[in-house]
Formats: sequence, C-alpha cells, structure tokens
Amino acid sequence: MSRSSTLHADARLEDLVGSKWQKPPFITSSLLRWSLTIGALVYFVVAISSLDVNWSRVSEGLDRGLQFFLGFVNPDFTSRAVDIKEGLIESVEMTIASTVVGIFISIPIGLGAARNIAPLPVYLVCRSIVAVSRALNEIIVAILLVAIFGFGPLAGFLTLSFATIGFLAKLLAEEIEDMDKVQAEAVRATGSRWTQWINYGVQPQIMPRLIGLSIYRLDINFRESAVLGLVGAGGIGATLNTAFDRYEFDTAAAILLIIIIVVMMLEYLSGIIRAKVQ
Amino acid sequence: MEPNTHPFILPQREILMLKLEKLTKVYPTGDKALTDVTLEIPSGQVVALIGPSGAGKSTLIRCINRLVSPTSGKAILDGTDLTALGAGGLRRERRRMGMIFQEYALVERLTVMENVLSGRLGYVGFWRSYFRKFPQKDVDEAFRLLDRVGLLAMADKRADELSGGQRQRVGIARALIQDPALLLVDEPTASLDPKTSRQIMRLICELCQERDLAAIINIHDVALAQMFVQRVIGLRFGVVQFDGPPEGLTPEVLTTIYGEEDWKETIQKVDEEDLQDDAS
Repeated sequence: MSRSSTLHADARLEDLVGSKWQKPPFITSSLLRWSLTIGALVYFVVAISSLDVNWSRVSEGLDRGLQFFLGFVNPDFTSRAVDIKEGLIESVEMTIASTVVGIFISIPIGLGAARNIAPLPVYLVCRSIVAVSRALNEIIVAILLVAIFGFGPLAGFLTLSFATIGFLAKLLAEEIEDMDKVQAEAVRATGSRWTQWINYGVQPQIMPRLIGLSIYRLDINFRESAVLGLVGAGGIGATLNTAFDRYEFDTAAAILLIIIIVVMMLEYLSGIIRAKVQ
Repeated sequence: MEPNTHPFILPQREILMLKLEKLTKVYPTGDKALTDVTLEIPSGQVVALIGPSGAGKSTLIRCINRLVSPTSGKAILDGTDLTALGAGGLRRERRRMGMIFQEYALVERLTVMENVLSGRLGYVGFWRSYFRKFPQKDVDEAFRLLDRVGLLAMADKRADELSGGQRQRVGIARALIQDPALLLVDEPTASLDPKTSRQIMRLICELCQERDLAAIINIHDVALAQMFVQRVIGLRFGVVQFDGPPEGLTPEVLTTIYGEEDWKETIQKVDEEDLQDDAS
C-alpha cells in the first residue's frame, strides 16, 4: 500500500522498513500537480502554433540576410573609417561618462534601498526610483530624451546614466541586505557614527561586488550605446544605422565586429579586475 | 567621563560599574527573552553567564550596549542609565563597553590593524577614520595591544587570513583599544578548540585584571567558566536562577539552570581537567 507523502508523528519503524521511499513532492495534491504540468504543456503548444509564419516572405528575406552575412566575410573598415572612428569615440565617451555618473548616483540610492540599513521612508523613495528606472527600457527613455534634447550623444549619455542607476542601485541594495550582519554589528558596538559604520562595517563587505557590477555595467552600457544610436541618441549606433540605411552591409559588418571585439576586451579586463579584488 | 564621582571613597575594587534593574526584554513575537533581571557588577569582576541555548544570555549583553533595545527596566553603567540615552549619548557610552563576539565578527576584508583601530571609531571624526589617519597615540596603543595578544607581526595581514584563535585575539584587541570600563563577551570560545579556548579565556581574564575591567562572559562550557571566573550567574528562560561563586554550582543548581541530567560527571571532570592542566 502506498503511504501518504509525509510521515506521521506516530510512524512505526516496522511499517516503514521494507516500504519504498521517495522524496515528498513539492506540490502535495497529485491532481493539482498533474493538471499544472499538462496545462503548461498544452499552453506551450498552443502558443507556438499561434505564431504566424509567412514562408514566402521568409524566402525573400533570406537573400537579404545572405548579403548581410557575406558582409562579414569581407568587412569594409576603410571606406567609412572616419565615421566609424568618430562614432566609436563618441560611444566610448558616452559609455564611460554615463557609467561613472551612474555609479556615483546609484551608491547613495543603493544604500537607501537596503532595508537593513535605511529607515522605511528613505527605503520606499529609493526603491521607487529603482523601480521606475528598471521599468523603463533604455530605448523608450532614449526616444523620450531625444525628443527633449535633440539628436546626439547627450540623450544617449542621460539614458545610460538613468539605466545604470536602476541596475546598480538594485543589485547593490541586495548585496547590502545579504551582508554579514555580525561584522557590521561589531563596528556599531564600538560607538561609531553612522557614516563610519558604513565605511568600516558595510563598505568592505560589498566592495568586490560593487567593482564587479560596475565593470559589468560598463560592458552593458557600451553594447547599449550601439543600440541607442538607432533611435538617434548618438554613438557608434548612429554610424551603424547610417550604414544599414545605405545597404552598406560590409561597413555594418565592420562596425559589428568592432563592437564584438570591444565587448570581448571588456570581458577579459573585468575577469582580471574581479580576480584582483576578491 | 569621571569614574570616581561617588560621595564617599570606595576601595578601588568596590566601584559599582554595572547595575541592571529589572531589565526585561519581550520580542515582538511575544517571546519573553529576559524577565526582571537585576544584578550588580563591581569593576574588576569577571562574571560568567551560563544557561541553555535560548535562555537569553546573548539578549542580556546586547540589551546592555543596546544592540537590542530592552522593553523595560534599567541598565546603569557607572551612573549613566543606558536605556534612557538618545543616539549621541548612546554612541558615547558604547565607547566604554567593549564587545567580543562568538564568531569573532572581524570585518574580514579589512586588515588586522584596521580592525583593531575600528575600536577607536567612537573617538575620531569621519574623515580621519575614512583616510585611516588615526592619532599617533591610537596607532601606538594598537601596536601595544597587538603585541600583548601576540599578533604584532600580523598587523597588516587581512583578517580572513588568520586562524580562529588569532581572529579572536584581534577581537579582544579591538574591544580593549576602546579603553572600556566594561567588557561584554558573547561565547568567546564557541568556535575554538579546547586548548585555544583556554588560552582565550585566560587572556580575557588576565586583561580584565590588569585593567580592572568588569566583564560579563556568556559561555556554554560550564567547566571552562569555573576554571577562570569569580562569579557565575545562571539564566533559564530569561530569569536569573543562580548567582554565586563557581563552587556553588552543585548538581542541583545545574539542574535548575539546564534541566535534568547527570551533572556529577561534569563537575568531577572539571576537577580532573584542573589536575591535568596543572600537571602539564
């Protein structure tokens, strides 16, 4: 006879020895368990089949796609070299400036968004800022800021700074909430001021993560700067957009290759730095 | 701070350092961690606080330096009611209470020296501490204390490079550099091996004698407590069950503190260990 999934307090050894054992299921009711499983499968099949694929359009587009990929075989770095260089410099400037500004603003917001160190009103305000920043996608913010400040890297810089705040402040706050409470408590017990407590008890614990996240965000901001150009917010993305508009796929491929190389370099660099600050 | 403001002169050893009056802590969950704890500790006296897990030992010492806020009652340090202090006053009084923790509670990614000097945070301004520019006398005292606990060569090592016993020595130096009047010690030996435990207990008690400090030491190991302290307080369910010299811990007393168990063995073992210790 199969027994129910949990042992009773009056379980007797004689009844259990020789009986099968398996891990108690996460969802106890077998009816609920199976209907959830089957329901999920059915929904998946229905959702896939609702995608309308226009095969004749796809076969037309394949040719254009092929052109694009052929551009990678023979990328053209030279004929638009000046545009590419200017776009790249603008992107790098945008990336570095927005990452630095974003980090400086997100540190106080991150402190305020950590429930274990901030009083409730501060916490709510800071969490709201984080939520707004995270809810609005970069592209949407960029379109809005381009409308306000016009085309160019200023809109891109502001967009990326804004996005950095949401990203970094949230992850920083989570790191602070996960810190070792006792280390911080020991510093508080010495009679330190709040600022000293943060500096001695909290900061050393979150520093490796803060540095790691900052470099990661630098990487994200560079990649984003390529996308933001497509909506007019300057940088290498603007150059890329122009190349697409002129059907210069070989130049576009060259730009994409440059982006890939820069991102890989950043990846390598962040690996080295993160290993150093452990 | 003038420790000696009493109307009549008492002998040095008789200065009342800490007084708890009906100290009570009820957690928001309704758990009564402490009930009407009343006791007096003169300067220079080392008190062991024993009791089963959950008896309120940790809560008691945290209610004194107000890492936990007591619900009612008073904790009076050298004439100042700690329970009535505002934020600034509390910071000033916390400087006079050194705390030593169970898991050492060193800031792992700071150096030994930074950990020791963090005991001076209550005395220096933010920017001085931010740039690690502590007054020379603090730095000198830090070196002296590190030498006293035998870790002078480790000053610039990071705290997480040290062994358990070494970390606890740094924790002791950090508490002492505060120039405290009272030491609050929470399970100092719980994570240490028996030999290191004895060394650490001996060090704490010696330092208390040298500096005439009052100390409360939470400790699980009854035998170890009996070896080193002059007075034992037994706590059960947040109520003081026993307060007296270590010789007073009879099997009957231990039963009222911890519950039914064969205590004869424990007490006999203490005597044997003492003999072995003397022999070695």
